[in-house]
Amino acid sequence: MAENSHTSSTATSPKPDVLIIGAGWAGSIMAKELTEAGLSVTMLERGKDHSTAIEGTYPKSIDELRGAVRKRLFQKLAHSSLTIRNKPDQVALPYRQLAAFLPGEGVGGAGLHWSGCHFRATEDDLRLRSNTIERYGKTFIPEDMHLQDYGVTYQELEPFFDKAEKIFGTSGQAYTVNGRIVGQGNVFAPDRSDHFPLPAMEDTYSASLFRKAAAKVGYNPYSIPAANASQPYTNPYGCQMGPCNFCGYCSGYACYLYSKASPNVNILPALRQNPRFKLITQANVLEILLDGDRKKATGVRYVNTQTLTEHTLTADLVILTAFQLHNVHLLLTSGIGQPYNPADQSGTVGRNFFYQTITSSRVWLPKNTFSNQFVGAGGAGVAIDDFNQPGFDRGPAGFIGGSPLWVNQAGVKPITAAIGAGGKGKARWGHTYKTEMIEQYQHSLGIEAHGSNMSYRDVYLDLDPTWRNAYGQPMLRMTFTWKDNDIRMNQYVVNKLQDIANEMGATRTQLNSLQYGQAFDSRIYQTTHLGGGAVMGDSPTTSVVNRYLQSWDVSNLFVIGSSAFPQGMGYNPTGLVAALAYWSAHHIRTSYLANPGPMVQA
Amino acid sequence: MKATRHFPSYSAIICVLSLLLGVSRHHPASAEDAISPALIEAGHYQAILGDCAACHSASNRPAYSGGVPFTLPIGTLYASNISPDPIHGIGTYSEADFSRAVRQGVRKDGSPLYPAMPYPSYARMSGADIHALYVYFHNHVAPQAISPPANTIKWPLSIRWPLHIWRWLFSPSIKAAQKRTQSEFKDPILSRGAYLVEGAGHCGACHTPRSITLNEKAQTAADGPLFLSGGGVLEGWVVPSLRQENRTGLGRWSEENIVEFLQTGRTPAGVGFGGMTPVITHSSHAFSESDLHAIARYLLTLAPAQKETLWVYDPSTAQKLRKGDLSQTGARLYVDRCAACHRTDGTGYGAVFPPLAGNPVVMTSDPTSLVHIILKGGSSKSLPTAPSAFTMPAFEDTFNDRELADLVSFIRHSWGNKADPVSDKTIHTLRHTINMQETPVDPPPKN
Repeated sequence: MAENSHTSSTATSPKPDVLIIGAGWAGSIMAKELTEAGLSVTMLERGKDHSTAIEGTYPKSIDELRGAVRKRLFQKLAHSSLTIRNKPDQVALPYRQLAAFLPGEGVGGAGLHWSGCHFRATEDDLRLRSNTIERYGKTFIPEDMHLQDYGVTYQELEPFFDKAEKIFGTSGQAYTVNGRIVGQGNVFAPDRSDHFPLPAMEDTYSASLFRKAAAKVGYNPYSIPAANASQPYTNPYGCQMGPCNFCGYCSGYACYLYSKASPNVNILPALRQNPRFKLITQANVLEILLDGDRKKATGVRYVNTQTLTEHTLTADLVILTAFQLHNVHLLLTSGIGQPYNPADQSGTVGRNFFYQTITSSRVWLPKNTFSNQFVGAGGAGVAIDDFNQPGFDRGPAGFIGGSPLWVNQAGVKPITAAIGAGGKGKARWGHTYKTEMIEQYQHSLGIEAHGSNMSYRDVYLDLDPTWRNAYGQPMLRMTFTWKDNDIRMNQYVVNKLQDIANEMGATRTQLNSLQYGQAFDSRIYQTTHLGGGAVMGDSPTTSVVNRYLQSWDVSNLFVIGSSAFPQGMGYNPTGLVAALAYWSAHHIRTSYLANPGPMVQA
Repeated sequence: MKATRHFPSYSAIICVLSLLLGVSRHHPASAEDAISPALIEAGHYQAILGDCAACHSASNRPAYSGGVPFTLPIGTLYASNISPDPIHGIGTYSEADFSRAVRQGVRKDGSPLYPAMPYPSYARMSGADIHALYVYFHNHVAPQAISPPANTIKWPLSIRWPLHIWRWLFSPSIKAAQKRTQSEFKDPILSRGAYLVEGAGHCGACHTPRSITLNEKAQTAADGPLFLSGGGVLEGWVVPSLRQENRTGLGRWSEENIVEFLQTGRTPAGVGFGGMTPVITHSSHAFSESDLHAIARYLLTLAPAQKETLWVYDPSTAQKLRKGDLSQTGARLYVDRCAACHRTDGTGYGAVFPPLAGNPVVMTSDPTSLVHIILKGGSSKSLPTAPSAFTMPAFEDTFNDRELADLVSFIRHSWGNKADPVSDKTIHTLRHTINMQETPVDPPPKN
């Protein structure tokens, strides 16, 4: 016992081998992998530490006002935010209240407040440009669209998708394993090397209705792979999960049952025991420091957000694993790479920024059918991929991308139900309001079209010329709006819902889709699935990092997250983020460490 | 009975002691060439088996520098510094001095130790194990030049020599102790289990009832059914029986359950809490796999101290709750506050959320543990063998005495548990006693 206290003091030596910026999924995976490789790792997190024993105390944690409404686990915009505009000729203004998207803050990051939908990318998603050209020719790609391949294939990533599912304790049903049909999973899903570690989550009643109706119409329903544990689970790190009881407090909450995968539950308990690992919280990194010729990172400069004192740490390897927006921001404030300029399309940092198309439609069922919307699980549900799968012919429809349709009932809470009233255009007060709200709550269900969003020439991130954050740095500026390709895709897929709704016996259906000319509205919650801006690829002229997520400009810097995706996909991003982290870590361990330097020659 | 058994052996103790002193004086323990890493490791393992750190390493002090308080009605005792510091610790102890302190309860200066030190159990430890332990403490533990706080026991109770009488009456000689434990089982695994449980593991220190004179009423399996039959209430927790009672003992635990419980603090049959948590954290999680199995098999041989009707799962409560029938007193409180993790059928979820149905600590006649864990909550610890630490929240601000009585009675009655109800008056008293406990509050676990 005495020796423990000695070893921990040597582990906190001033110069670790590796600095990791951001304690979310990507950061925790990299820290685990690199400590396993024998390196000492210091992970910096701008927010506080989080603990299920505090944020997840039952029943105090299942408080909608504190959680979803007052946004307990999310980024505190008082210290840093970003500015938003739709088009390059507008003046951007700061995002002062969290609404459209909700970046996390604190240990676990967005991985603590997410829902748990845990997808793999398809082969098509990873080489979308090549596949589109092979199938439809180059002219099919809209002129202003920056369609790109990832530079890594599904076959290469498969072992890392598999590893991530085993760490996350993902519940799902496989369709094929090693080429053999093994179950009732997604018929369009790419082949797997193994089953999901846990059986699929049960269907909520609403999901079971959708499953039945979709199959009847001729589609191929499957259980959404959920990083919500369907059973008690112990992962390969020895970390344990409790089973999900469908309480519905997933997105925006720390799961009191320890059943929603998070870095806090699934990785950090093992990582924190490693004397080579050190976590510094409330350390907001302001800059990645470079050597004289700006080819090597030497460390980071950070501010302690409590004392407001600045500190410098040095290391041999720097891994940037903050949220997508912050990855791009930190590259820009550190002067790493060339900022993207939409005028001449030069530069790469901030290029290929994208979001996710998501529209929620609603189906009302007869009064004798109760949709039990109070139950749910953030990652569970039933989906169809018929309009998202690689084989679906986009030619006649004239768009690139696609969208699953799903019933992902995550538990409708009281405040949300009251705000939702009886649907769009319905009474907002009085007796009618109450009657309609009750009807909607008891007898309706939501169906989402959760689709892709492509990257475009004039959709990007850069530094704002006017607004600065609390630390005196220019804020990140987002220039984003919806484009016709994605609106067309969303409308096409949403219209397919009517048949399913009819089959479910709908008494009323409200289909919601994006409209042509509709500008992105940052005041309305949509999703936190932001991506791109520091994308991976084959060429330094169109990407910030190579296929191993190593910076083209600074070879001892790796940038990991959905910031590496060149454009959006129909699925949620976390599964691919985790697989890319394991992929990158694997190549750092097996190749880079023995021979530090660029792993791909530019 | 016991007194007469041990009293005549006094002269034998002296003989053995002088023999040991004579022999050990020439032992080359301090000579560096004789100290192999394997011996240090063996000694370290003995320190883990004996859980020396439990009393001699306080959370806010250097390892083995003592200072853990024992609050007694007559004052507070502080565990001593057993690091090899020559002034504040045991640096000047020869191996014979060390052996006498550990196994006979006598300090180097000849004065007796308080029997908070479980030397009547340690008496069974073999010479080889004591040697390894001595080498470990003298050659590997860092010396700490600090003293624990002074004991606050007032004169005349602070006079130590009468404790010699206690020793003569209640502590066996090394030879007698070893012989008794060795003679219990022929099977080498059971024999090893007996050696560990009755010796270094000193399980009886908590799990065996004590007489008015504070000696354990039985020290070995051979001493009869009181051994490990439950030690009453310690620090606000009921110490359960480790014997084969069907309801309140280990009667329905498998060997695997016991091994997992000691190794990780959690098994589908139950999760460690209260006073057992530090034992698992400091000590049992690091026992070797074979030692854990030996302990489990040995415990499974201990016949029940009292006959109990077999526990049989009764599905009626679960059926009622599933139908939304909350008419039973306490049922609504249970569904609102407990069922999310422990389920309406009371079976919990494996080694994560323990079952309440058939759980021995739920059914003990004294409800203190159940009340305590509901009021104060608790956390398992992050262990090398099981890194996840789960937390049960505290409900002391949630329930008044009436509600808690209803809830506790509901849990004790449902799913076939059939234990007696608890009155709000009892809850009121327990709440007060539990609040009086000076339990150190650990920071919440991080996961």
